[in-house]
Amino acid sequence: MKNYRYLLLRRLTQISLLVLYVGANIWGWKVLQGNLSSSSVLGVVPLSDPYAVMQLAVTGASLGMDILLGALIVALFYGVIGGRAFCSWVCPINMITDTAAWLRRVLKFSEVQKRFYMSRSLRYWILGLSLILSALMGVAVFELISPISMAHRGLIFGMGMGGGALAVIFLFDLLVHENGWCGYICPLGATHSLIGKFSLIRVWHDAPKCTDCRSCITVCPEKEVLHMINRSSESVIMGECTNCGRCVDVCQEDALRFSIRSFTKQPKDEE
Amino acid sequence: MKTETPNERRRFLLSIARGIGLSAMGALVWSAYVGEVKAAPLVLRPPGALDEAEFIKNCIKCGLCVEACPYDTLILARPGDNLPMGTPYFTPRSVPCYMCTDIPCVPVCPSGALNELSVTSYVKNKAVLDINKAHMGLAVVDENSCIATWGIQCDACYRACPLLGEAITIEHSKNDRTGKHAFLKPVVHPDQCTGCGLCEHACVTEIAAIHILPRALAMGKVGDHYIKGWDKEDEKRLEGASIEVTKTKISEKSALDSLNDEGGL
Repeated sequence: MKNYRYLLLRRLTQISLLVLYVGANIWGWKVLQGNLSSSSVLGVVPLSDPYAVMQLAVTGASLGMDILLGALIVALFYGVIGGRAFCSWVCPINMITDTAAWLRRVLKFSEVQKRFYMSRSLRYWILGLSLILSALMGVAVFELISPISMAHRGLIFGMGMGGGALAVIFLFDLLVHENGWCGYICPLGATHSLIGKFSLIRVWHDAPKCTDCRSCITVCPEKEVLHMINRSSESVIMGECTNCGRCVDVCQEDALRFSIRSFTKQPKDEE
Repeated sequence: MKTETPNERRRFLLSIARGIGLSAMGALVWSAYVGEVKAAPLVLRPPGALDEAEFIKNCIKCGLCVEACPYDTLILARPGDNLPMGTPYFTPRSVPCYMCTDIPCVPVCPSGALNELSVTSYVKNKAVLDINKAHMGLAVVDENSCIATWGIQCDACYRACPLLGEAITIEHSKNDRTGKHAFLKPVVHPDQCTGCGLCEHACVTEIAAIHILPRALAMGKVGDHYIKGWDKEDEKRLEGASIEVTKTKISEKSALDSLNDEGGL
């Protein structure tokens, strides 16, 4: 059970949030209304997707007070506390891409398949491009194609042909590139990487305990962030870390745990 | 060392160039798609919606208006509907807008895409929501398929209209075919019509003979060249009228100079 603690907690969070949103539309619950683009908590507190609001802003939209405040609340929460936790604890696509990544490991695709080159920074280019296009076209361009909003809206308000987009992401991650969507393409994830860059909650690596089994690196969807494994004791500070806690789950030696961001760095002594 | 540096620089510049090249390609595909879906003009928006171009700029696609609607009139455009995805719209023939007096869909809008002020009236200096000010669309009658214009008695749309006798009135005229009956034709008045679509919903023909069009499609605009000289209200438009002087090659100079000009001969 200990090996699945954070995984189960995350699934619980993701599913409960979905149930609350769906309940709001079907049964009129007032706890969490709207969707991930913009919601209203208990009909009072606004929450908005900072990336969507950024796109609206560059189109020259007049921007309602509620979405500005909502985006600020969300950005402050992830910026100060959660880091990029949105991606692994809230986003519904995470369940799809996690399943694809898990299947890839079970079916040993990565061992057979030759990797084709994609840059991890592709997502930042897409992020920049989406803002330029939004400004030029006068409409939030990523919001019109976003599979995240599509999936979330689909589950709450009816899917339409949106299932196709989800299938494409699943198959892309399964057959084309490991963690392709979340780790390379998604500009919303890129936004959250930037917002959460300086957040307080971080995974701490205790290098002396590490036996270099590399299970953490196998399960990590953003392998670059674990560059210190078995090298030095330090916090995982790269903004791309989604705080999913899967590495903490799989580590049998307790060499990884959640803690508050630390600025110290202690190289592992090689004796 | 000396040979290293230029290659480093070349590699850096090339990687930037590659990024720009790929972005340009992506931008081409992306903008083509966005341009297509953006150009869907046949869509009816909730009450108080800004003009279509402003509306899709401002709408954050949260669906709070949809959840607030008690009649399930509003739906969010799904993938495959070929409308700007995720934005709210309604189809009056299936479910019209029932014009709730408290307009629950408008105040919940967090982005201002549904503008509360446009559906607010002032009663004794107090702001109250007034659904009758909504302009979601405009009812248009197709006289060819309206059975009332054939001389058959039908006033389904007139009776269904929530602004009975204001947005739709009945025009009487003699039926020369029978010589003893009357035509009772429905006439829509654009100032009053809110575009709720209850008329379209009630219409008895197979495909509704009265249907709601977005106002931008259904209405023309006179402009400043024509003014009702017999109408004191309309004459006020003269005050704001802009003077537009057309200049061509001939009218550049005064008429006399232009006639005397032998330059072109």
